[in-house]
Amino acid sequence: MKHMGTMLMRKGPFEEIVMGNTALVRAMVEVGTRVVTSYPGSPTPEIATAIQSIPQEDRSFYFEFSINEKVATEVAFGAAINGHLSTVFFKSVGLNVASDTFVQLSLMNIIGGMVVVLGDDPGANSSQNEQDNRHFAHMSYTPMLEPSNPTEVYAFYKEAARLSREYRMPVILRLTTHVCHAKEKVAFSAFTPMPQDDTSRFDVANGPYIPLTTEALIKKRKAIRKLAEIETVADDSALNLLIDNQNRNRGIVTMGLPYLSLMDVLEKASRKPDILKLGFVHPIPRKRIEAFVRSHDEVKILEELDNVLEKDIKSLAYDAGLKTRILGKGDLGAWIGEYTSDKVQDVLADTWPDMFPARNPEPELPEMVLGRPPQMCPGCGHRSAFHAIKKVLSSQDITVADIGCHTLGYLPPYEMGQVMMCMGASPGIGSGLSLFNRSRKVVVFLGDSTFFHAGLPGILNSVFNQHPITLILMENGTTAMTGHQDHAAVGENFNGPTNKVPVRQVLEGLGVKHIYEVDTYQQSILTERVKTAVSNPEFSVVIARHPCMLKFTRNARRKSGYQAKQVHIDQELCNQVHVCVASFGCPTFTRHKDGTVTINRDLCIGDGSCLQTCPTKAIEKPR
Amino acid sequence: MKSFNVYMIGVGGQGIGLLSEVLLRAADYAGFRVKAVDTHGLAQRGGVVVSNLRMGDNVFSPLIPGGEADLVVALERHEAMRGLRIASRDGSTLVYYNTVWQPLDVRISAAAETQVSDIHRVCQARNIKDFVVYHPALEDIRMQNIAVLSMIFNNALVPGVQGKHYRNAMTDLLQGATLKQNLKLFEEGV
Repeated sequence: MKHMGTMLMRKGPFEEIVMGNTALVRAMVEVGTRVVTSYPGSPTPEIATAIQSIPQEDRSFYFEFSINEKVATEVAFGAAINGHLSTVFFKSVGLNVASDTFVQLSLMNIIGGMVVVLGDDPGANSSQNEQDNRHFAHMSYTPMLEPSNPTEVYAFYKEAARLSREYRMPVILRLTTHVCHAKEKVAFSAFTPMPQDDTSRFDVANGPYIPLTTEALIKKRKAIRKLAEIETVADDSALNLLIDNQNRNRGIVTMGLPYLSLMDVLEKASRKPDILKLGFVHPIPRKRIEAFVRSHDEVKILEELDNVLEKDIKSLAYDAGLKTRILGKGDLGAWIGEYTSDKVQDVLADTWPDMFPARNPEPELPEMVLGRPPQMCPGCGHRSAFHAIKKVLSSQDITVADIGCHTLGYLPPYEMGQVMMCMGASPGIGSGLSLFNRSRKVVVFLGDSTFFHAGLPGILNSVFNQHPITLILMENGTTAMTGHQDHAAVGENFNGPTNKVPVRQVLEGLGVKHIYEVDTYQQSILTERVKTAVSNPEFSVVIARHPCMLKFTRNARRKSGYQAKQVHIDQELCNQVHVCVASFGCPTFTRHKDGTVTINRDLCIGDGSCLQTCPTKAIEKPR
Repeated sequence: MKSFNVYMIGVGGQGIGLLSEVLLRAADYAGFRVKAVDTHGLAQRGGVVVSNLRMGDNVFSPLIPGGEADLVVALERHEAMRGLRIASRDGSTLVYYNTVWQPLDVRISAAAETQVSDIHRVCQARNIKDFVVYHPALEDIRMQNIAVLSMIFNNALVPGVQGKHYRNAMTDLLQGATLKQNLKLFEEGV
């Protein structure tokens, strides 16, 4: 078996099939990155998986999962102004959490260099929106590079690190979902380990690092000047690619994954526009773009999500007095969704119908395809929790969801969670909903990793301002949805054992007076606890606890002597009331045409949490 | 060469990741330029998981354009139908493992379960060859993916990729008893 960790630390050059996220880690190793931080979020967690594959003693850098993206950014910044090349990575919306710190970075003299790796998510594959973080580059005067495939991820990170060190400023490497997860064979260079220099180089003489009063404005001036210098680098950079198809009539400026989609579309086209593919997204290479635009009659700006490039290029063309027709976003659809090759075909058919035929409308196919919304795993403690809590609440009561596996409770058959925004927002939203509200109970949900990430201020606010809501803390002992990363209550961090910070102690420390605890498999007790909590006129918390059963079962399987168990249905006792299959809703239960229910042997983990849900006791103990 | 697209689809937890990684590496061993990407939505479990594999010299994006898959590989019956709908080119090939993980609508009685005959009918109408894999004696359900791989190999469903390429790929990714078990299943087939 090939071992990823050994490969990533290999000294000689080599070729290997890797994901974009893995290629990034090899680039970190080669350039001598010393500190890497993150908070887990798709599409970036596999970066940490690759890091974890390198045994800790062989790793050439320090890595941590911080409590949230803002703290991760701060740790990376602190390391960088101490002279160490650092990198922070997180998902698209993580930048919202980090932004208070992030927007200051370019104002600081970052002597060690710092790369901010963003995993944007066009198409909102696994995010609550598809926000275009290129806006943040503009807002914060931060250079941004964007690769389109794993080979470029590797090369562009190296360039980002070089620029960041040389100009002592932050550089963003913007990845998108299918760049992070794309796999291809990448040719890696040699890695020459350097003696590790732990010298603490923090010195106020490199600052000042206090952006107050006039300093803030001086710093802004410096940041803008540095950005102008980067623009000259961009103009000469090989990261921008010109494809000359001998078409002086029409050209396309594009970047990232849309470039690959465009190339796929052009495979079928008889005439091809010239292409300028940008690696520098901010600041744009003005001279190159101006020359490209000037030499064509029409230029299409092909960009995913918002019209960021379009505005930059139109402004440039206006200033330069160019007569070229610049075609930006067309209809509303051009602003929305990932630019797959189908999408690019549609956009181009809309732009130049004489060159690009519209796709055939999808034929009405006779086959029926059933939806398959994601759902909680067999044995999931959240299922037991929702099943039990639903019994307490009336249809008038209001439930607020938060981010995590438990978000899936909003789907049938539970329908728990009627509003959700982002991580840690549920206590605050619930508090607002409770104002003037005398008849409808407000119950809010929160996961345990989110509790530490962004939940604490909202909870403290509920205590401080006396909001009479009930928080149900769904504690499964891990950051489950992103792949089981540890959090502060687990007793382990990325690098080894650490002191547990139990959620109950934190709640008590925050001044929460009414705390109830129960394992969610004890459904009737949970029902009672929630009943008590919601009738309490003060802020209350129910800790609804059960270990993530996906993680638990995986660990159990690895141990010797593991005996798989499954429940069985006594067909004599089964009265076909279908609570198990329809309202408890474990995917293990299979309903047949004749109304009988059986167990799916592929799925049942033998947890037995379903036994108590059967009114006729037809589910037999796991064996 | 002309490009060849393999679209793999299943339910989270069925082991589509290993299957796609084996196919990807096998195609590489066979000397093809390859690109691939896994796509999974909000949750890892219980939702639809898709993997794209594209072979050929003039392939750019790792994502297969709609209706351009030359081979659809499904690990579940309902997902076979979804793969046909989203990805299959008319005249292409479908291979699927005939197990059922009932979608919610079936469990709450809002829809009927898809049958093998439903899939066969759609395939016939679109001139798609369908191969059904089923191995009730399989000791570990996590090996269903390799049972499917065996069918792909035995019927040469990925042109140019041979047994030794698949074996090399499996040896890259697995070890010890697991490798042995999977290689055995791969050789013996169903």
